[in-house]
Amino acid sequence: MDLIWESLREAVRILTHNDADVYEIAWRSLRVSGTATLLGLVIGVGLGSAIALRQFPGRFVVLTLVNTGMGMPPVVVGLFIAIILWRSGPLGELEWIYTTRAMIVAQTVIITPIIIGFTAASLSALHPRLRLQIYALGASRWQALLLMLQEARLPLLAAIMAGFGAAISEVGASVMTGGNIAGETRVLTGAILLEQNKGNFDVALAMGIILLLLMVAVNALLTWVQAGARRDVSAARDEPLRAEPGYLSAWHTR
Amino acid sequence: MAHSLTPAPRLQARHVVARRGGRTILDVDALTVAPGEVLAVIGPNGAGKTTLLLHLALLERPTSGEVLFDGEPTRGRELRLRRRMALAFQEALLLDRSVRSNVELATRLRGVGRGERRERAERWLRRFGVGGLAERSPRLLSGGEAQRVSLARAFAMEPEVLLLDEPFRALDAPTRAALADDLSQVLGETGVTAVIVTHDHDEAARFGDRVAVLIGGRVRQVGTPADVFGAPADEEVAAFVGIETIVPVRALERGGGTVVLAAGPHTLEVVDERPFTEALLCLRPEDVSLSTAGEHVSGSARNRVAGRVTRIVRTGADARVELDCGFRLVARITRRSLEELGLEEGSQAVASFKATAAHVIVRG
Repeated sequence: MDLIWESLREAVRILTHNDADVYEIAWRSLRVSGTATLLGLVIGVGLGSAIALRQFPGRFVVLTLVNTGMGMPPVVVGLFIAIILWRSGPLGELEWIYTTRAMIVAQTVIITPIIIGFTAASLSALHPRLRLQIYALGASRWQALLLMLQEARLPLLAAIMAGFGAAISEVGASVMTGGNIAGETRVLTGAILLEQNKGNFDVALAMGIILLLLMVAVNALLTWVQAGARRDVSAARDEPLRAEPGYLSAWHTR
Repeated sequence: MAHSLTPAPRLQARHVVARRGGRTILDVDALTVAPGEVLAVIGPNGAGKTTLLLHLALLERPTSGEVLFDGEPTRGRELRLRRRMALAFQEALLLDRSVRSNVELATRLRGVGRGERRERAERWLRRFGVGGLAERSPRLLSGGEAQRVSLARAFAMEPEVLLLDEPFRALDAPTRAALADDLSQVLGETGVTAVIVTHDHDEAARFGDRVAVLIGGRVRQVGTPADVFGAPADEEVAAFVGIETIVPVRALERGGGTVVLAAGPHTLEVVDERPFTEALLCLRPEDVSLSTAGEHVSGSARNRVAGRVTRIVRTGADARVELDCGFRLVARITRRSLEELGLEEGSQAVASFKATAAHVIVRG
């Protein structure tokens, strides 16, 4: 009990005095995972839309790969990215290994399938004739896509939350590609891992608290936006968001 | 051009074939919609009605053949031409935004300015009796309200062609009747060219200047409602338009514009001047009246056929009575007549109909 209590008190002291660079590390976490989420969104929404709205041979295979990707072990992704970016690897010349760029790449690869999956699922859940109706209203191909995504905006916000949550709570791939270098590539999860190894439970706990607060803050913001979007259009129909396959695993397997 | 005096049809399907997974679901050789005309397309479920409409709406490309707009090819101009048409499905398919915004979206996509968008939205929502719902979310609308918004949206586009896919199908009877009245009025006022797909004969006869019958992906008959419902082109069309008595007959003798036919053990006389030997005789159930065997019948019915009642189905105020007269004959009479005649299954009855009531499909 003492250990917990002591660590907690010390954690609060660290947080209030900004010892151990916690806020610098937290800011880096936010930057890296935020960038990865944005990249994942651009790629994921694009590919997810294509999968949902276009008929092409091999669609089934692609969907299977995406669904597999949604639960891909981050350590394996980290390993592949590390090998590719390794100094003697195929993209070694970029000299990205052990930089935040490498971490962003790894996190993007991890969360993109999640966002693809969410996007495809939410577009497929729309009424099958809605697309025809939108075209019949006079929409061009791009206008139609934007209108469809707008119709699916609630589940898409869930995709952002799931993606960001997966990115910022990820540890294996980040450490493998970023190297956990103090002042350069150390993020909250890596720091927690390191401090716990050193027996510095207080510092680790302080970092853990920040990580949790960060996730709560970001999700609170998105939930607020989502609730706003819902309020706009519907005061009455209270339809819970569907738990898409992969949604839960994205949160809890790491 | 030979037809330079008649205006080109607004819409025209020419040799339009649609195949899905090796199956031909639509094969329309020629179908035209004249400017200002309302064409009703009827047919059983799965006949390809919606597929035909989607092709006319330029939302699907035919496997072969083409759709012409004002006599001009449409390929490559689909988006521009779609913006001159409007389509409403049986489901209202409103977007997740306010009713007003739904109606304005369509006009915005067509480049209508803000002021006019607003004015049109208000005018058409009011016209369809849903002006008070403009700020409402579509999720809070009843089925009838949503369909009214959908139609208001279609008319707010001020289309040159209006395409409606069973617009009343999902509605209950009173809602349906009220909306059909409104639509009928608006169609008359605007004079817009329209194609209405329906499986309901009454709607087709009410809205259609002409009626096209689609069965198995093919247009089997096009004509005025009187033509199609009174003089179906073939047996399947006859069965679909509600002709329940279809009897193979043979011509025996002719004279004075009538022909005497052998139908099973009976001879019948109908008005028809065409030369034929083999034919099908078609009778609508409401054109047949019934009496009991001994009863004296006055009136102009020239044909009397005795038979045994095999089945009685009571529906609302009417009763449908099936007779075995050597062939199957169906009559629809009021329930009051049924009571007065005291008919039951197994009892004898005499069916009578006028020589002008029957329609003959020539087979050879």
